[in-house]
Amino acid sequence: MKLDRHTLGFWIVLIGLIVLIQILVSLGILSPFWETLLKIGAVMSIVSLGLNLIYGFNGQFSLGQWGFYAIGAYAAADVTYRWTQMNNASGLMVLLLVVALVGIAFFLTAKLVARLRGLDPLSAFALYIVAVLIAAVIGVQLGRVLIAPATQILSSLPPNLSLQIVYLIAVLLGGCLAAEVSYLFGLPVLTLGSDYFGIATLGFTIIVKVLLDNSDTLLGFEEMKGARGMVGIPKTTSWLWVALFLIIVIILLRNLLHSSHGRAIISVREDEIAAKAMGIDVAQQKTIAFVLGSFLAGLAGGLYAHINGFLHPNTFNFIKSFDPMIIVVFGGLGSVSGTIMAAFTWALVLEGFLRILLPAGFETWRFVVYPLFLLVMMLLRPQGLFGGFEFPYLRQVLPKPYTPKTEEQLSLVHAIEEASEGD
Amino acid sequence: MSKRFLFIISILIVLSLTLGACAQPKPQTLKVAILAPLSGAVPTFGVSTRDGALLAIKEWNAKGGVLGKQIEAIVEDSQCEADPAVNAANKVINQDGVKFIIGEVCSKASIPVSEIAEEKGVVQISPTSTNPNVTLKADGSTKQYVFRACFIDPFQGLVGASFAINELGAKTAFIILDQGNDYVRGLAENFEQAFTQKGGQIVGKETYTSQDTDFSAILAKVAEAKPDVVYLPDYYNIVNLVTAQAKEKGITAPFLGGDGWDSAELDRAAAEGGYYTNHYSDQDTRAIVQQWVKNYQAEYGSVPDALATLAYDAANLLLAAIQNAGTDDPAKVKDAMANIKWEAVSGTITFDQYHNPIKSAVILQVKDGQIQYVTTVAP
Amino acid sequence: MNNEQLTLLQRIIKGKWIGKGFLALLALAVIWWVGGKALQSPPLFFQQIINGIQLGFVYALIALGYTMVYGIVRLINFAHGDVFMFGAFVSFFSVSQFQLHLWPIKALPSLPPALGIVIGTLSVILLSMVSCAILAMTIERIAYKPLRDAPRISALITAIGVSFFLEYFGALPFVFTPNFITYKRPFDIVTWYIQGGIHRLEAGAEAPPGSVIFSNVLIIIIVVSILLLVGLNYIVRQTKIGKAMRATAYDKPTSRLMGINVDGVISTTFAIGASLAGAAGVLYATAYPQVVFWMGIIPGLKAFVAAVLGGIGSIPGAFVGALIMGQAEVLSAGYISTPMRDAVAFTILILVLLIRPTGIFGEPEREKA
Repeated sequence: MKLDRHTLGFWIVLIGLIVLIQILVSLGILSPFWETLLKIGAVMSIVSLGLNLIYGFNGQFSLGQWGFYAIGAYAAADVTYRWTQMNNASGLMVLLLVVALVGIAFFLTAKLVARLRGLDPLSAFALYIVAVLIAAVIGVQLGRVLIAPATQILSSLPPNLSLQIVYLIAVLLGGCLAAEVSYLFGLPVLTLGSDYFGIATLGFTIIVKVLLDNSDTLLGFEEMKGARGMVGIPKTTSWLWVALFLIIVIILLRNLLHSSHGRAIISVREDEIAAKAMGIDVAQQKTIAFVLGSFLAGLAGGLYAHINGFLHPNTFNFIKSFDPMIIVVFGGLGSVSGTIMAAFTWALVLEGFLRILLPAGFETWRFVVYPLFLLVMMLLRPQGLFGGFEFPYLRQVLPKPYTPKTEEQLSLVHAIEEASEGD
Repeated sequence: MSKRFLFIISILIVLSLTLGACAQPKPQTLKVAILAPLSGAVPTFGVSTRDGALLAIKEWNAKGGVLGKQIEAIVEDSQCEADPAVNAANKVINQDGVKFIIGEVCSKASIPVSEIAEEKGVVQISPTSTNPNVTLKADGSTKQYVFRACFIDPFQGLVGASFAINELGAKTAFIILDQGNDYVRGLAENFEQAFTQKGGQIVGKETYTSQDTDFSAILAKVAEAKPDVVYLPDYYNIVNLVTAQAKEKGITAPFLGGDGWDSAELDRAAAEGGYYTNHYSDQDTRAIVQQWVKNYQAEYGSVPDALATLAYDAANLLLAAIQNAGTDDPAKVKDAMANIKWEAVSGTITFDQYHNPIKSAVILQVKDGQIQYVTTVAP
Repeated sequence: MNNEQLTLLQRIIKGKWIGKGFLALLALAVIWWVGGKALQSPPLFFQQIINGIQLGFVYALIALGYTMVYGIVRLINFAHGDVFMFGAFVSFFSVSQFQLHLWPIKALPSLPPALGIVIGTLSVILLSMVSCAILAMTIERIAYKPLRDAPRISALITAIGVSFFLEYFGALPFVFTPNFITYKRPFDIVTWYIQGGIHRLEAGAEAPPGSVIFSNVLIIIIVVSILLLVGLNYIVRQTKIGKAMRATAYDKPTSRLMGINVDGVISTTFAIGASLAGAAGVLYATAYPQVVFWMGIIPGLKAFVAAVLGGIGSIPGAFVGALIMGQAEVLSAGYISTPMRDAVAFTILILVLLIRPTGIFGEPEREKA
């Protein structure tokens, strides 16, 4: 890769900031209060980047991001919990095999569906469900067989190293599981119109929260303790881990968006009909964006679970599912830099500065100030904090930021369309 | 445009670093943090908790403080949620240099705070969190620095069950519970266990969620089952809704509940005939009880509820432990706390090995629009 | 191609039979489960249906506000649930602080007491409706109107912001206080039971086994809701402003060209929707007597789902959707599992959307957003 001056500058500043924060944390100048907020900021950046891919770049109005975040969090937490508290790799191996086999099942079913040309989405969905169920059952059985050898291998390593390995795999698996669930859920739902898609995904978030509330009774995971909250998760997520993941996600997104796939994704948001006319498989592009975005949500969930070492279904309440949406709009739809800056600002200001700056007796005013700020911001800068601005490395060939068409323009377009249809 | 934004953001970051570095505790006061859900779903619980704790601190300050220092209360909003509670705890510990925390109200917020308190060696006493994991680690050992001032679930459930069987002569019971609230769930499970052990029969068990207002479907089932007693161990807000709707559905079986019922906001007309277990009765003639009710009324103009009482007790316990330890070193205070014997509003309190208080319970009845004392049950 | 020439497989694919079979299986399982339990005790089943109707009518009033606003500005007005909360609080203060419900009795002592109570209750509802209409018009003017030409998402985020603001501002001690407040009804409750005829149930008495119970709250909710629905239908179908509303919903620029005051029409739509929510707030608080600052969130969400289920933008759709939601909620609470009832409601929504992508009464979507 040839580095130009600006890109080099971007990387130096980014890596420099990350290292600086780590040094300050190690020296104790940056207290755990700010460290936690920075970690939350990074996690929120990843979730919001995923949503930006789905909504900002692909134009799918999704409120399901928080549900996938929850899935990733609980899945990853369960794996590390079983490793640290029950001293076996049961969670790891079962989840690994289920994820792998379900992936294979998806692949095979996709082949089958492609051969049965003209199958409607709902029928395809039914086939997928059957395939997933079979794959999951086989996965659980096979995984059980492999628990003992895997536990042995991992136990032979130094405990800290094995924990980090389990943690890394757990976080990735959490992301993969979220991605697979999103693929299955997206099959029928992605065919819906934009607002209807939004509501269906909001429903998904609520269903996930309800299931987590009953995770110990309904789902049968004793250690998740349902609405009592899951305890005993190792606090493995350090600042360096989240920073590393954030960098990887930035590179991944940047390269995706600069590739032909990325342009196809963006073309879908600009005009579905035109995209189709150019030979782009619109349904496929929507699926790619949705699944990848959900993968990032799951990944972030896994990271989040290991920050406080405690998970409660209430954290995944639907009201909070607006947070990533607010961040994305705040930073500017279709702006990677904007999303990251907005996520950090959101975390640091709302929980950090407002806590410190509001005088005693005004603790509850935090959430009176926040919506007012939101209102003023939307009135003054509806295109978001960063609008079209991108940092050098991300800039290059990125197209204009997304400005959804206004009602007026749409009506005009319709008028023209209808007029031309009448000819 | 964006350059200016970047500039502002970097200024903010620099500001935060300096603020973080500058915050040094003042030596002449003893700082105590109160973490309460002042916003979120249950701010009214947070307000009661804060007021109860602040009153205790005010009384100590009037007596000359503790260890010759005035006590400075730092109130933070923790929203009854894990993340804000963690942030609030980190803020008071790191920015304000607090070594003693009173709070949180909800278990789901108290648990992550307790992890931090244990790690940092900060004494925490939760007034109202009943989840065992507040004071216990995941492996079952006790967190050295964490205490609670409330009953733990088994005791109240047991008291309720024996009262239902022995005093009310109930043979069948119906349980209504919020599956999403560990306080309610713990009480209900222990009531069920004790009730069946003593020969009673549970004829039905229905669940709801904390934001429900329509209980008609559940109450139709209760009316159908015709139990001798209905166990509803939730907070007064749910109790008001359920009992009011039960009256309309023609349900005459008495309702039975826990200390969550105790509030001036309890709809006494609707809850008429109901019984509940509590920490104390305001008809108790002990001086400390009378003094507490009188002072609270003078300060805030209302009768204290269970949350305020427990927060008051928690604050008093903490300050007494500091007094007993003779130092504000949390490591010594936690030992003093573990061995304390303190005359509190809710009875004489000692701690067991799991840092749960050992104290007696009273049973109260809502009768003729008044709260009447029925009996006291020792542990 | 002729049908006979298709192979079996092709016919299955063409008729979408796999998907239909899947849905049919699901529906059968639910009917089997609920039906089996319902047959065990028919009175309980009818009791649940009545409970569901009561809930459904309240949802209908809220859902109408969502659907009307969406129909005209394509905005999911998340603050609508909080307007509903505001209505409930206005009625609470008017009843317990100012005894508004007693004015007919005080002013005209010769009036029969029953009539006095009815007029008093109606004036409480009217006051809430007017206050909510004013609030909604203010919100529209300050927060939404400047954003009319901005991307839709900005307006949506603004709506979320307004919703947060109303809740947290309402929770401040000097506004509505964060307390759970017991709502004082403007009338006394009377209960009847049906068992071979309708009998009055005395206060404190137990209903005989196998009877179905209902109260005057149910009657008031149904009567008031139907009156409001008829009124709304009249406004939308018969009046000039109604015609303007329909025209604006259909095509804004052209309506403007035709001399319609589009801003005025939008403002009126907000006001009408909010006044229905205000009435719903009073009725809801009467049925479930407690008011608290966050009380609008959940009913708002449910009503919104009802509106989408019926086809957002369609007035009869909102009404039918709300009745379905009410039944779905009560029946799933009664026969499946209460904690799962939100999940059941959303599963129904998603399934309906899969079969009819724009809801039961929705028109096919004509825009890409």
